Amino acid sequence: MYRYDEFDARFVADRAAQFRDQAERRLAGELTEDEFKPFRLMNGLYLQLHAYMLRVAIPYGTLSSRQMEKLAEIAERFDRGYGHFTTRQNIQYNWIKLDAAADILDALAEVDMHAIQTSGNCIRNVTTDHWAGAAVNELADPRPVAELLRQWSSLHPEFSFLPRKFKIAVTGAPADRAAVKVHDIGLRLHLNGSGERGWEVIVGGGQGRTPVIGITVRDFLPESELLGYLEAIMRVYNLHGRRDNKYKARIKILVRELGTEEFSRQVEEEYARQARPRAELDARELARIAAYFAPPAFEDLPRVSTTLENARLDNREFARWLKVNTAPHRQPGYAIVNISLKPAGGIPGDATADEMRAVAALARQFSFDELRVSHHQNLVLPHVKQDDLFAVWQALKDAGLATANVGLASDIIACPGLDYCALATARSIPVAQGLSRRFADLDRQQAIGPLRINISGCINACGHHHVGHIGILGLEKKGEEFYQITIGGSSSEDAAIGSIVGPGFAADEVPDAIERIVETYLELRLSPEETFIAAVKRLGSTPFKERLYATAEGR
Amino acid sequence: MSVLETGSILTGNRLRDGAVVYLDRTGNWTMSIDTAAVALEKAAEAALIRHGEAAVRNNLVTEAYLVAVTRENGTVIPRDRRERIRHTGPTVVYRAGTPLLIAAE
Repeated sequence: MYRYDEFDARFVADRAAQFRDQAERRLAGELTEDEFKPFRLMNGLYLQLHAYMLRVAIPYGTLSSRQMEKLAEIAERFDRGYGHFTTRQNIQYNWIKLDAAADILDALAEVDMHAIQTSGNCIRNVTTDHWAGAAVNELADPRPVAELLRQWSSLHPEFSFLPRKFKIAVTGAPADRAAVKVHDIGLRLHLNGSGERGWEVIVGGGQGRTPVIGITVRDFLPESELLGYLEAIMRVYNLHGRRDNKYKARIKILVRELGTEEFSRQVEEEYARQARPRAELDARELARIAAYFAPPAFEDLPRVSTTLENARLDNREFARWLKVNTAPHRQPGYAIVNISLKPAGGIPGDATADEMRAVAALARQFSFDELRVSHHQNLVLPHVKQDDLFAVWQALKDAGLATANVGLASDIIACPGLDYCALATARSIPVAQGLSRRFADLDRQQAIGPLRINISGCINACGHHHVGHIGILGLEKKGEEFYQITIGGSSSEDAAIGSIVGPGFAADEVPDAIERIVETYLELRLSPEETFIAAVKRLGSTPFKERLYATAEGR
Repeated sequence: MSVLETGSILTGNRLRDGAVVYLDRTGNWTMSIDTAAVALEKAAEAALIRHGEAAVRNNLVTEAYLVAVTRENGTVIPRDRRERIRHTGPTVVYRAGTPLLIAAE
């Protein structure tokens, strides 16, 4: 893992001290809210419906046990004993007091963490594949590049006041678990015939009120040219992005308005103007950073563990969890453990301090002190010996964290919605809870197979509803919440924006509506191997619409 | 016999902790919505707004705005769902067995 050097540590500590002064001046009445608001937002402190909310950056979703324990401590000391892991691999605390916020930043700084650039019109926390460095099909660990981008973008003076927020995602694997096609910039690693690395640069993707799949502006950008090229993109955006209209200010709108060709031309022109020698410098810096992400000291183990096989045969519940929640590891004898934060009837992404500590302890004992947050709002132990999987499962079961539903119907992404969020138009969490209870039967979930249900409580789409296989968008009309359903979305390498099936539903009608969509799939799929998304692609949305509205009264 | 009144109350988030507060009949900010001053006519609403602007200037609340409510038998209920949730807190309990709400200050 990346470790702060002296400069990083001093910088973050200084920033916390600076915020303490700003908060004190605000509390003393020396700063007005209008003056203070930009300062608090630069440190991730929002004001939500019931309290201040602090969003803490988890760079590319990677945490050490010590850092997770600090997050648990903050939840207990400064919040109500829990936190919410977000769809951008961050954590949010919902019940923060302004007079305690600086103490929290100090506590975070103790473990090389902060809340900088988790808000505002800047380059936000860079996200990546939560299986980075562990996935079996990965070409290379994307985190060194993500860290390079973090360092480059952190308080970059030229990019601190962009037309709008800017999100970058990176993947080093052909299977896209980082949703790179729906980010402002998505980077996807490729290798050429000689094994050299090049990055596909995808620009102008995004969700929100205008969902767009990004376009590829470079197929194979040499790695050493990454920063220079991204800088050129940022400059074109910074110059021409629509600052006059918040709803047209994202880069996706600029790309659309200029057209792919003209946008690319301007980027290339800007790039050509840059001085060349920096590529070598960037390559040296990347090599320095990459050393921090060297694989842990894996043991030389047989590909299959007999201990594991015996446990699997002895215990069906464990066997199910193993099948659903673990994934193959690139290192023989190891596995990736996905920890679901989606118990039936639970709040997606929420974890108590005790749960955070339990996971931190498991990471320390069984996963080289490392864990991850996924944009699906789950946690990951990336490097667990197969021999240890049964012990890990038992500990997770004791902690109430062994729900075997990762990637299945009840592994629902949901934003906080109107229960917490000042922007929301409808509640998300109760809808997610209703659905996870409806689909709680694990046998049935397995029979249905891979299914992503994503719920957002407003058009800003923090719950990624546009790219859910089934998406649910909460809206409000004449004082009533209603929910618009889309199908056919995907955030992976076959990225697609879901299409609206028809009139929306009341909250209590949503589980039945989703049930009908799922039943339609089960009836029409060619075989159990044809996944929901594959069936929707083959059939189109018509049969689902027909079945959905044949018996339902849409409104 | 109960009387159903409709009117407006003044709300804001308390500067120190962001807590949802309402202006009461004595001019103090309270977390108890039932003691909020209910403006039943335009002139009273205007007075509340003026009070709110002063409270923002004096850094008691971050912003202040009117909320449409009904009052019946001393119980004040916001008409809008968002404001009802702001008042009652999240409609979801964190997780079975886990206390969510701490004592109101």
